[in-house]
Amino acid sequence: MPNTNQSQVLSDKFAGLVEKAKAYAEHILSLANDSFEKTIAVAFALCLVGAVLVSGSAVILKPLQVSNKAADEKTNILEVAGMLEEKTNVEEAFKKFEPKIVDLETGEYVTSMNPETFDQRKASKDPGLGVEIPTEKDIAKIGRKSKYAKVYLVKEEGIVKAVIIPVSGYGLWSTMHGYMALEHDGQTVIGLNLFDQAETPGLGGEVVNPKWKALWKGKKVYKEASEAGTDFQKKHHTEVGEPVLSLVKGSVDPSKPGALHQVDGLAGATLTSNGVNNLIRYWLGSEGFAPYLAKFRAQRG
Amino acid sequence: MQAETKKVLLDPLVDNNPITLQVLGICSALAVTSQMSTSLIMSLALTLVTAFSSAGIAFIRNHVPSSIRIIAQMVIIASLVIVVDQLLKAFAYDISKKLSVFVGLIITNCIVMGRAEAYAMKNPPLESFWDGIGNGLGYSAVLISLAFVRELFGSGKILGFDVMPLVKDGGWYVPNGLLLLPPSAFFLIGLLIWAVRAWKPVQVEKPDFSINHAAHGEAH
Repeated sequence: MPNTNQSQVLSDKFAGLVEKAKAYAEHILSLANDSFEKTIAVAFALCLVGAVLVSGSAVILKPLQVSNKAADEKTNILEVAGMLEEKTNVEEAFKKFEPKIVDLETGEYVTSMNPETFDQRKASKDPGLGVEIPTEKDIAKIGRKSKYAKVYLVKEEGIVKAVIIPVSGYGLWSTMHGYMALEHDGQTVIGLNLFDQAETPGLGGEVVNPKWKALWKGKKVYKEASEAGTDFQKKHHTEVGEPVLSLVKGSVDPSKPGALHQVDGLAGATLTSNGVNNLIRYWLGSEGFAPYLAKFRAQRG
Repeated sequence: MQAETKKVLLDPLVDNNPITLQVLGICSALAVTSQMSTSLIMSLALTLVTAFSSAGIAFIRNHVPSSIRIIAQMVIIASLVIVVDQLLKAFAYDISKKLSVFVGLIITNCIVMGRAEAYAMKNPPLESFWDGIGNGLGYSAVLISLAFVRELFGSGKILGFDVMPLVKDGGWYVPNGLLLLPPSAFFLIGLLIWAVRAWKPVQVEKPDFSINHAAHGEAH
């Protein structure tokens, strides 16, 4: 039986190797600590053990980490749309969300890419998919952006209820990443959730405070038709607008005109507040999603 | 429990505390103590890393060439820290996001290196393991007490639960914003060291030099 013979030979070879390794280890261990050979051998052995430990744990734990990250992202998207309740099954609720790829410049949907696998953050670093933002236009201080963005349409019985757009911008210490949800008019805010940030806990970090996030609901991004002239009124739905939504120092006075476009700033976190302002101005402006949102409104009529 | 084990476990809590006496590991004590939850996880991570790295280093201590001693220690410590970081990312994702880079920075935490150099290189693995646990606990005790003060008076909460309702939420407590910033941990550690040394005067260091009054007088 050649097969048994072969495995016999192999195991013999293996046993021989083990024997040799053992002998070599004994030889190394008997050497003086500071000899050249022992130094190299010990360093090599230590690195080998360390490498196996690190790569082993990385490989074994990878699936768990990836699913954690994806689940976290989905939870945050659900939250920004105001659809996250205590007992919500994230996976189930997420089925109502339809990811779409948008060409930021034209505002059209792109069908040539698979929205399920598209990673906007990776794309912004890709030389083909991303572009450098000229300094004078880079108000959100993000350096590069992807030419394509992944948005989520929230549909109920085939009717678009809301759209969720990714936003990012630099605060005080970190680039804040998150999502903004707008109602089907592409104008009324449902929520802003900058979940991925490293601002000062308790000050700028309050961007994740549910009480502050609740202030965004119902605010209007662009000027309302009634606030502009009649000329504007006619083309309002299709016009590419500039956002007027911003944070103000202190509290918003609801009796004053324009309160619909204002949100309380974060106390003690001027630079983070500026960062939030900048990212709104950038991503809802003509460099960001304004062309897309204009088309989005036009389609709704 | 053996006398030596007991000594290495309990000494670092007060008598030989790595933070208040040896003034090691200050960096992370400033960074992660604005909340109790992050401090607890950080304490746990550091205690485990110190214990296992000390044990590992003690295990090979007789065969480490002195010329690459520090590098050999670093390889063991760094590998363990990466494993801990990976574990946190897999099983405690939210906390690992909050701790972000600080878990990785355990590699440079002076306590881990300090114990490896000062104890594990000269003692057997089991004792070194307990020494690592003891020092980790000493670090944890300081970290958790700092976080307790900072979270309670900085945001009116303990472990995220409202204890003192804040004025901005309709309560009565005006939080001290300074406590949320890293420098406040410096002040608190300073006060703590003062308190411990007032309680145990043995820990007061001798001054490095003293002004010679006679010589001072002659100059006039």
